[in-house]
Amino acid sequence: MTTLSMASVAIAIIPLFLIFFYTLAQGISALNVDFFIHMPKPVGELGGGMANALVGTTILIGLGCLFGLPISIFAGIYLAEYGNNAIGQTVRFFTDVLSGVPSIVVGVVAYILVVIPMKQFSALAGGVALAILMIPTATRTTEEMIRLVPQSYREAALAIGIPQWKATLKIILPTAMKGITTGVLLAIARAAGETAPLLFTALGNRFWSTDIGHPIASLTVFIYDYAKAPFDDWNRQAWGAAFVLIVLIFIVNITFRFVTRGRYKEQQN
Amino acid sequence: MTETLQMPSILSESSKTDTKLETRDVNAFFGKTQALRNVSLNIQKNHVVAIIGPSGCGKSTFLRCLNRMHEVAGGTMNGTILLDGEDIHENDPVNLRRRVGMVFQKPNPFPTMSIFDNVAAGIRLNRMAHRNHIAETVERSLQQAALWNEVKDSLSKSGMSLSGGQQQRLCIARALAVNPEVLLMDEPASALDPISTAKIEELIYELKKDYTIVIVTHNMQQAARVSDETAFFYLGELIEYDITKKIFTMPSIKQTEDYVTGRFG
Repeated sequence: MTTLSMASVAIAIIPLFLIFFYTLAQGISALNVDFFIHMPKPVGELGGGMANALVGTTILIGLGCLFGLPISIFAGIYLAEYGNNAIGQTVRFFTDVLSGVPSIVVGVVAYILVVIPMKQFSALAGGVALAILMIPTATRTTEEMIRLVPQSYREAALAIGIPQWKATLKIILPTAMKGITTGVLLAIARAAGETAPLLFTALGNRFWSTDIGHPIASLTVFIYDYAKAPFDDWNRQAWGAAFVLIVLIFIVNITFRFVTRGRYKEQQN
Repeated sequence: MTETLQMPSILSESSKTDTKLETRDVNAFFGKTQALRNVSLNIQKNHVVAIIGPSGCGKSTFLRCLNRMHEVAGGTMNGTILLDGEDIHENDPVNLRRRVGMVFQKPNPFPTMSIFDNVAAGIRLNRMAHRNHIAETVERSLQQAALWNEVKDSLSKSGMSLSGGQQQRLCIARALAVNPEVLLMDEPASALDPISTAKIEELIYELKKDYTIVIVTHNMQQAARVSDETAFFYLGELIEYDITKKIFTMPSIKQTEDYVTGRFG
């Protein structure tokens, strides 16, 4: 039984390593300091970097978190603490449906909601699309994690005269924070790897821009453009960017885990 | 059964103004299941009242009615409960619970907080004291809970790093910090070893100088040791309520006698 489990674990991990090392092998020649700090070169010139895409992805994810996380966390709190009724069931159902909506459809929705009224592709629209993608995962994880906090802590808080809303925010939420962070990370990781919803919204940009009202570059769209380009140099850079994206998600994961490990890690299993 | 619900003889002599808590015809329900039937009793100020009875007799439910925690678990109740002569259902339950503290069966310190923060939680989150007084209150509460000497050098450690008995005393300190008038204890020693249990019992004896205490216990020796009066519950009814010595030596009701002598329950 143990052997079988171990074997399964190994099989499950193999694809991760294959992807990691294959992207590394293909992209390593593109990786150098210039790649991170320089702008893309005009077509036909060799070299150049993806600094704008790196910053763009960061901005897009930041906007996605800004729009998506408050909604997700409060929706999760609502579902866990007050959601044992018809409204809660309905919200839960639609959240699950939303998590199954293909990302390209979400892109079209954000296009209609933001791009058309603004008459312009923009980072803002990209952020909205990513937020919509993050909400289902983040909401349901928040709900599950808050539900996992034993009832006895709620009662302890109420029994010393703490109002319920304060008990939820100051006692229950911090207790559930580690699990919620994991859920949020999953959501961020998913959003960071999305290309389709950004094609209709953030569009991509070959120039430096941090203006959220204008089109912005992103790693995924950079990979998409460069991978289908007929230039070897661009293809190499696409692999390089793919590797960077994977490493970035790793780093985000590890940092968040480290930060939220808390002062009392030994108890918070 | 009604004749057994009278006040214990010794209590009826004392003046009415000493009554801290009074329940009149309290019925409690979980959905359609009735957990308490017409419970009426008086609890005197600075007394310790033990509530005994077999599992499922409504002891804990009764206790949880007294600070309206029963409704938090989705239960309902009717009847009247008076705290200092005021109906507890006429005021905000949040304020009630600051006056009527509770200690639970299993120690439940807040896991993300230090020892200090656990005790300070009630004062801080209720904005009850000026910042400068928090440290004083924490020290006083920990001293009252007989925990100060054991933790004074490690106040910033996690509350979860303490032993079970210490955790329970931490929970008592946490309840005392908001300066309640009544302390409800729901089998506070049932999850603890004999030494920790003895400490909690000593503590109850000390605390009754300042607080009125209602303690639910499965342990009849404990009830006999710590309480002034004892109430025996069976199947949701208050069978007998009298001074503890009388309940354990010459109860008026056969059921009580059978229970305290260990013939059933």
